[in-house]
Amino acid sequence: MRGLSTALGAAGLAVFLALGEAVPRLGVVKKAYFPPTSRIASALWDELRDGAFWSALGDTLTGWAIGLAIAVGAGVVVGVLVSVVPYLREATASTIEFLRPIPSVALIPLAVLLYGTQLKSVLLLVVYASFWQVLIQTLYGVQDVDPVAEETARSYGLGAWARVRHVLWPTALPYVMRGVRLAAAVALILAITAELVIGAPGLGQRIAVAQSSQAVPDVYALIVVAGLLGLIVNVGARTVERRALAWHQSVRGKVAV
Amino acid sequence: MRRLLLRVFYVVALPIVLVAVWWAASDGSTNPFWPPLRTILKTFPDVWTGERLRADVLPSLWRLAAGYALAAVAGIAIGTVVGSYRRVRAVCEPVLEFLRAIPPPVLVPVIMLFAGIGDTMRIVVIASGCVWPVLLNTVEGVRAVDPVMLETARSYGITGMARLRDLVLRSASPQIFAGLRQALSIGIILMVISEMFAAGDGIGFTIVQFQRSFAIPDMWTGILVLGLLGFLLSAAFRLVERRVLAWYHGLRASTRRSP
Repeated sequence: MRGLSTALGAAGLAVFLALGEAVPRLGVVKKAYFPPTSRIASALWDELRDGAFWSALGDTLTGWAIGLAIAVGAGVVVGVLVSVVPYLREATASTIEFLRPIPSVALIPLAVLLYGTQLKSVLLLVVYASFWQVLIQTLYGVQDVDPVAEETARSYGLGAWARVRHVLWPTALPYVMRGVRLAAAVALILAITAELVIGAPGLGQRIAVAQSSQAVPDVYALIVVAGLLGLIVNVGARTVERRALAWHQSVRGKVAV
Repeated sequence: MRRLLLRVFYVVALPIVLVAVWWAASDGSTNPFWPPLRTILKTFPDVWTGERLRADVLPSLWRLAAGYALAAVAGIAIGTVVGSYRRVRAVCEPVLEFLRAIPPPVLVPVIMLFAGIGDTMRIVVIASGCVWPVLLNTVEGVRAVDPVMLETARSYGITGMARLRDLVLRSASPQIFAGLRQALSIGIILMVISEMFAAGDGIGFTIVQFQRSFAIPDMWTGILVLGLLGFLLSAAFRLVERRVLAWYHGLRASTRRSP
């Protein structure tokens, strides 16, 4: 069964690539706009041999990783604080509901003015976008704490820190990991977007350069790279999530079935 | 009564404090990038006149609506087909996973090749970014339809459109709405990005224009407008969701209470 679906998936991928080769060759769309798969593949190969490509990839990943780390740290700390300190949750709810839907791209002009094309302007956008994902999930997670467990811990005389460590954190962790997974994807989108629009060094800027010099196959090759990067981030985040929650029943249940 | 007052207090207290802090901290600020809040609010009515709302905000909203609707229809339709047949799903899954993983804004340069820099380009950009969360969530939702219900429907002879409307789409609708919600925030981002790329009209274009001409307070009002827009759209979405999924929230509340 597993083998069959893998084979079908591979077949689907092959058909997709073949269509990409056939459609422009048959003249359905202009070759100049939509180069055939083989042409994109050779452009991709050229990119892979270019040192500048690798340093652009490194820049993108650096912005992504630092931004994500800041957002996760801040989101978890703020989320736990807000839910543990009495009345803070009620008092901050309206502010969070208001700030969260603000699209992070609204900050692009501000980032350009403040930091120009430095890494900092990428970080500003990445952190703003992914912070909310982590914060909201952390808040959900803390809300989910079993009141009986909480009261048991209290009556055994556990202090505030011990309760956070042994009751609150294990309950919230699945939610936090979900938030991290969502934030990882959002952070990558924002990192590449910031490079594309602002011109900070990275893959996005390389796409913008390729586009303005009419190197269409290179644009496609770089988009493929961005897609693969997104895929790796998604799969990687899911793996990390599963590892970190190996003890949790939602994951253990999956293995047993 | 006291309860109500307390709730109102909780809702407004922190925003008032924050705005007051912003006002006080920025008052007398000489840093050109951080103009006093007083100046920003003073320029607000001058910048966002009725004329500008009609010329810039409405076209943006119309493109967002068109692209979003396109993505919703395509995503739900394709998602239902892919989700209903196991073989089709197995064939499509790797390709869909890859296409979804592409950060939507990088498609802007490619779509510009095909559709130029007009409204069509922006609508296609918005639709091509919004379609993935809707599609994949629909697939998941349709896949998770309760098999007992499917068999019950079959033995009652419910087929075709009735089966699709009353059983498959209905039981997938919580998932579909989760996808639509993600798609909305992606759509707003793409609306702004697509306008920043190619000159013309729209909110994103206006804000970048202000920034390039160093009209900083005007730029800040633009940021405020975008923030307000994001907030209002998500509030409207929540209202619709609560109405459409009222049965689902009720069901969940009752199952949570019963054990």
